[in-house]
Amino acid sequence: MKRGLTSFHLAILALGFGFLYVPIALVVLYSFNASRLVTVWGGFSTQWYVSLLANEALLQAASVSLRVALAAAALSTVLGTCAAFALQRFGRFPARSLFAGLVYAPLVMPEVIIGLAMLLLFVGLGMDRGFWTIVAGHTTLGLCFVAVVVQARLSGFDRALEEAAQDLGASPARTFRAITLPLILPAMLAGFLLAFTISLDDFVIASFTSGPGSTTLPMRIYSQVRLGLTPEINAISTLLIGFVGVALLVASVVNRLRAPSQAQ
Amino acid sequence: MSARAPLSHLRRLVLAAPLLWLLMFFLAPFVWVLKIALSKSALSQPPYEPVLSFSDSWAVWGEKIASLSFETFDLVITDDLYLAAYLSSLRLAAIATLLTLLIAFPLAYAMTRAPKHWRAALVMLAIAPFWTSFLIRIYAWIMLLKDEGLINKALLSLGLIHMPLSMFATETAVLIGIVYSYLPFMILPLYSALERQDPALLEAASDLGATPLKAFWRITVPLARPGILAGLLLVFIPAVGEFVIPDLLGGSDTLMIGRSLWSEFFDNRDWPTASAVAVLLLALLLVPLMIYERQQVTGTQP
Repeated sequence: MKRGLTSFHLAILALGFGFLYVPIALVVLYSFNASRLVTVWGGFSTQWYVSLLANEALLQAASVSLRVALAAAALSTVLGTCAAFALQRFGRFPARSLFAGLVYAPLVMPEVIIGLAMLLLFVGLGMDRGFWTIVAGHTTLGLCFVAVVVQARLSGFDRALEEAAQDLGASPARTFRAITLPLILPAMLAGFLLAFTISLDDFVIASFTSGPGSTTLPMRIYSQVRLGLTPEINAISTLLIGFVGVALLVASVVNRLRAPSQAQ
Repeated sequence: MSARAPLSHLRRLVLAAPLLWLLMFFLAPFVWVLKIALSKSALSQPPYEPVLSFSDSWAVWGEKIASLSFETFDLVITDDLYLAAYLSSLRLAAIATLLTLLIAFPLAYAMTRAPKHWRAALVMLAIAPFWTSFLIRIYAWIMLLKDEGLINKALLSLGLIHMPLSMFATETAVLIGIVYSYLPFMILPLYSALERQDPALLEAASDLGATPLKAFWRITVPLARPGILAGLLLVFIPAVGEFVIPDLLGGSDTLMIGRSLWSEFFDNRDWPTASAVAVLLLALLLVPLMIYERQQVTGTQP
C-alpha cells in the first residue's frame, strides 16, 4: 500500500467536494438569472438584487437577525471561553461530568426540542418574547460551539510558556494578558464567527422564541421558500454566502498571522 | 488563570457563569416541558391548564400527583399516526446516517492521503458548507430536485429520460437532504481518527503478507472505530428530530416526528401534546445521547 494520492483518491475528492459545492454554486449562478422562473435561464441580470433593496420586510428581518447574531455571538464568546477554561484547566472538580454533559448536549439535541423547551420556560416565567429571548436561545447553542473550539486550542497549547512568564515574575493577571489571551484569541475569534453564523442561520429556535416584531431573516426566507422558488431567494442567499465566505477568509488569515508556529 | 490556588474564587466565577446559564436555559426548560406535557390543553392564552404549580405546598403536590393528567401521553402512545411518525423518523435517520458514513469514509480517507500542505485547506473546505445557511442548502436541493428542476432539465435535454422523474416531495429527497446537510459532521471525526493512524502499521501488515483490502479491514477500520461512532451519533441524533428537511423536501406523506411536534405546536396550538411528543422523542434518543455524552465527556478529560 503506497502513501500519497492516487488518481482514485483524486476522483473521490473531486466527487465528494463536487457534491458539497455544486448545489451552492448553482444557487449563486441562478441569482443572476434574468428570468422570473428560477430554473429557466433567461440571460444575465442583477435585477433581483435591486428588487431585494425594495423588499422592506426582508430588510427589516435582516436587521433583526444581524443584531441578534451580534449580541448572541458576543455573549457566547464570553461564556464559551469560560466554559472551555473550566473544562480544560480546572481538573476534576465536582459536577464536572454534569457540566461537560450540559456543554456537549446542545450540539446534537434536535432543535425542535430546544426551541419548544425554551419557549415553555419563557412563557412559564412570564417573559415577553422578542429580541432578547431569541438572543438567549442562540447564546445557549453558540456558547457550546465556542467552548469546543477554544478548548481544542487550550489543549494543544504549551503550558511551559505560562510557567516561564510566572517564573520571571509576572502576576497571574499579567501572564493571562501577555501569554494566554494572545494565544487563544484566534480560537475565540473563530468561535465568535461560528456563533454569529449559527445565530444568523437558525430558523427553528428563532421560530419558537421570537415574538411579534422580531421576525428574523431565516424565518422570512423560510416562508418565502414554502411559497415556491423565486430568484429573490437566490439573491439573498448569494449575499449570505458571500458574507460568510469573507468572514471565513478573514478568520483563516488572522489565524495564520497570529499563530504561525502553533502546529509545533 | 494559572494553576495556583489564590485565584480559586475567580475560577469559581469562570465556572459559574456558563454553568448557571446552561442550567437556566438548557436544563430547567426540560422541567417545564414535562410539566406542560402533564397538563390538559385549554383554549386560553397560553393554551394549557397546568395541573402542577410550583407554588403549591408539598401536601397539595401529593394529591395532585395522584390526579396528574397523562391523557396527552395516552393520546400520543395510542395514536397510530404518532407511532408511524416515530418509526419512520428512526428509519429515515438510520438510512441517511449509513449513507452519510458510506460517502464520508472514502472522502475522509482520501483527505488523509493528500499532501500535508493541502490537508488544512481540505478540512476547511469540508467544514465550510456547515457555515453557510442550512435553509439555503435545502433550497438548493429544491431547485435541483423539482419536476421542473435542474436535474430533470439536464436529463431531459440529454435525452436520457422523456418524462421528468418525480424526486421532489419524496422520502428520497429527504434522505438526500439529510446526507447533504450532515456530511461535514461525519467527515470531521472520521478524518481526525484516520489522520492519527501510523502508516507503519499498514506497511507492517503488508510485509506480513496481508492484501491491501485485508489490511484495510483489519487495521484501518478498527482503528477508526471511535471516529465512526462519533460521526454516526453526530448525524443520527439530530436527524431523528429534524424538522426543516422533511418539511421542505418531503411530501405530505413523509412522516417525521419533528414535523408532528411542529404542527401540534404551531398549527393545532396544542402545547401539552407537543410537549408530550418532545418528551417521548427525548426518551427515544436517550440511549444514543448517553453513549454520545460518555464519549465526549471522557474523551475530553484533561
